[in-house]
Amino acid sequence: MRRLAGLVLLGALLAVGSAAAQTFRYASTGDLLTLDPHSADEALSNSFKNNVHEGLVRFNEKLEPEPALAVSWKNVDPVTWRFQLRREVTFHDGTPFTADDVVFSYNRQRSKNSVMASHVATIKSVRKIDDYTIEYVTVGPDPILLRNLTEHFIVSKKWCEQHATTEPVAGLKEETYATRHENGTGPFQVVERLPDTRTVLVPYPKWWDLPNKKYAITRAEFRPIANAATRLAALISGELELAYPVAPQDVARVEGQKGFRVIKKPELRVVYLGMDQWRDESLDMPGSKKNPFKDVRVRRALYQAIDVEAIRAKVMRGMAAPTGLTIPEGTEGYDAKLRERYPYDPAASRKLLAEAGYPDGFPVTFDCPNDRYINDEAICQSLVPMLARVGVKATLNSQTKSKHFDKILRKSNNNTSLFLLGFSPETADAMATFVPTMTMKGEGAGAWNAGRYSNPKVEELVDQIRVEMNQEKRRALMSEVLRIHKEDFGHLPLHEQLIIWGVRDGVEVTPDARDRVQLRFVKMRQ
Amino acid sequence: MIAGLLTRLLQGLGVMLVVGLLAFAVSTKLGDPVNNMLGQNATIEEREAMRRELGLDQPFVVQYGRYLGRVLRGQLGVSYRLGVPVGELLAERLPASVELSGMAMLLTLVLGVPLGIYTAIRRGSLLSKVILGASLAGLSVPTFLTGLLLIFLFAVQLQWLPSSGRGEVVSIGPWTTGLLTGSGLRSLLLPSITLALFSLALLLRLVRGELLDVLHSDHVRFSRARGLPERAIHFRHGLRNALLPVVTVAALQLGNLLAFSVVTETVFQWPGMGLLFLQAVQFVDVPVISSYLLLAAVAFVLINLVVDLSYLVLDPRVRSTVGRS
Repeated sequence: MRRLAGLVLLGALLAVGSAAAQTFRYASTGDLLTLDPHSADEALSNSFKNNVHEGLVRFNEKLEPEPALAVSWKNVDPVTWRFQLRREVTFHDGTPFTADDVVFSYNRQRSKNSVMASHVATIKSVRKIDDYTIEYVTVGPDPILLRNLTEHFIVSKKWCEQHATTEPVAGLKEETYATRHENGTGPFQVVERLPDTRTVLVPYPKWWDLPNKKYAITRAEFRPIANAATRLAALISGELELAYPVAPQDVARVEGQKGFRVIKKPELRVVYLGMDQWRDESLDMPGSKKNPFKDVRVRRALYQAIDVEAIRAKVMRGMAAPTGLTIPEGTEGYDAKLRERYPYDPAASRKLLAEAGYPDGFPVTFDCPNDRYINDEAICQSLVPMLARVGVKATLNSQTKSKHFDKILRKSNNNTSLFLLGFSPETADAMATFVPTMTMKGEGAGAWNAGRYSNPKVEELVDQIRVEMNQEKRRALMSEVLRIHKEDFGHLPLHEQLIIWGVRDGVEVTPDARDRVQLRFVKMRQ
Repeated sequence: MIAGLLTRLLQGLGVMLVVGLLAFAVSTKLGDPVNNMLGQNATIEEREAMRRELGLDQPFVVQYGRYLGRVLRGQLGVSYRLGVPVGELLAERLPASVELSGMAMLLTLVLGVPLGIYTAIRRGSLLSKVILGASLAGLSVPTFLTGLLLIFLFAVQLQWLPSSGRGEVVSIGPWTTGLLTGSGLRSLLLPSITLALFSLALLLRLVRGELLDVLHSDHVRFSRARGLPERAIHFRHGLRNALLPVVTVAALQLGNLLAFSVVTETVFQWPGMGLLFLQAVQFVDVPVISSYLLLAAVAFVLINLVVDLSYLVLDPRVRSTVGRS
């Protein structure tokens, strides 16, 4: 009897314990720009969307698609997809979710003012079959539809109409009700939003996946803290449970602090160099009628002049994973067999340059951002003497990302000969890197291909991959692209930078490889 | 008198025009906002379309003309970053900046003037030397470093004060204030000290210098000869005459504290106009950058005007010359 009483007491204590507030406070470099999932396509805003909004499909912790607002799907024919929608799902205001919301959200996301249209660009039309069945018709067979649907966010038709926000806003439009309010179906709902100060969320008590929930928090507070040192101070002084990113040079500081630890994981992003392979005359060699980078031997010479191990150890303080590929591990289409790098070999470099007709090297301007990737400017600074060692006289031009991208992208006619870029295939499929960075022809091609690399064979393969539904065949085609691009020295990969999060002990959190905090995976111990 | 005031206002208008041109010219040279607005997945065509919509494909003169037209009609534009009208955005952030710089100004005056007087009167004392040495540090140590040191000491080591943010605020109409809550006041302490240090040191040294000058002038020597008490000499005959330049500098410092608290606000993540400005610069949010600089110019023009008017009250000599002209 006494034992029973003890158990009851223990049970009561546990109940009280779990009912006590578990507030998860976290901070990053900036604030989300808007709560409207269709009005911003920017890292921090994107990283927040999954907490309050959902698509028919979502990513699990390994970035594999799994059912969310749809319970199942099948191909009626190669271009027609029929989705069975989940019943008994409600939006945060209590409105039931139906097929009308999907149709409405599709139209909203692809409308003129949406910046998220690229994720539904391959969908030609949507049709409601009944309240819980819809059909998407794609332009052609679409092997990455499911991945894109993870970024196709469903909003409430009724709510948007009520608050006159049936279209997203971008450009010169003014904010709408949806900028500061949300009505998603997701695991958390926003209860307070003070732009640039804090955003407070609580679990949505009627979330459809509540029985299988993986989170153990009762409240979350997100704060932007721009200054890295202040962010670190806020963590260590106990004002935060998580601060991200932590600079590589601060890792030891956090690890040395009792009660805190650092979580590291390769980010879904590769930092690499690109070279102008399009102009007949290099921008830096006017009058010479020559562009050294058109010669594969020169591109290889630059590659082998780079001591990537030194960059990893010294500049990145070990917080990088060198790679020979421009797509990161964890991406669909990634081929581990091709990861190995060509060896660092300055002597071979010099020989290749001499063979190509540049025994004394050549001058080049090296464009580099200084506020975009981890230690980006320091990486570039360390590359200059490495290139000088084989005779390539690189003049560093490092500037803010706004100026860097302005210069190297199409707006300024790719005004660059040599540049640093870090690219992330956000849908975790290699095509998200192939199309914008490695091709010049077709829908969406070339937006980030600042060196205008183009190989007819690659263009052809990419067109095949676009519509190849057989996963094995598709992977084989992707490997082929990676192999050709590697042998072409189309870009010179350096490394995958690491995601570095500073966490207080007692908090369990797994970084998403896209550097996103998914609140539905955050647990706090009592 | 009125003519003088009108001239001043016209000059102010000229300053505004020049600042407007410079602000606009600078903000269009910061890079491409379109890439920041559209994100990674936009196609080349979508980028071009956005550029046309913003009018960024037009020549500089046309862009400036449109901007000037808008400003004259009282429209500051819409923030590229947040999609909020710039006027509203600045109004939202104004209270935080005003409270921060107001508190810093208060610290500057309350500490700067008495310490300046003390170091002038007790010139040789040890305490004076310590104060003057510290003031030198206040002038030369950069603000971000002071801020970080204070955070390290009071937030990380002692854990007495929060490291950043504004704490809980209370809304009174359109104004938000942190002065009415405990956490708001605690949050205000470190940033206002950080922001005040430079102006405090400057004012202290100025008060001391001016007072020393005056104390060596003939009328003070004469007062001493008349046998007036030291107290009357220092405060009635000395300080009053030393105050004129002090008022000018203090007022301009207020402008500085208000307009250029960018660094302090960034270090402490203080949600005021300075932080907004820095974020705007990083994003190339042209409407916010140019409006902010314009607003800063307005503030300085107005402050200068008030200073000029205050001379009329403080200095009879000025009054007589203005009266004659």
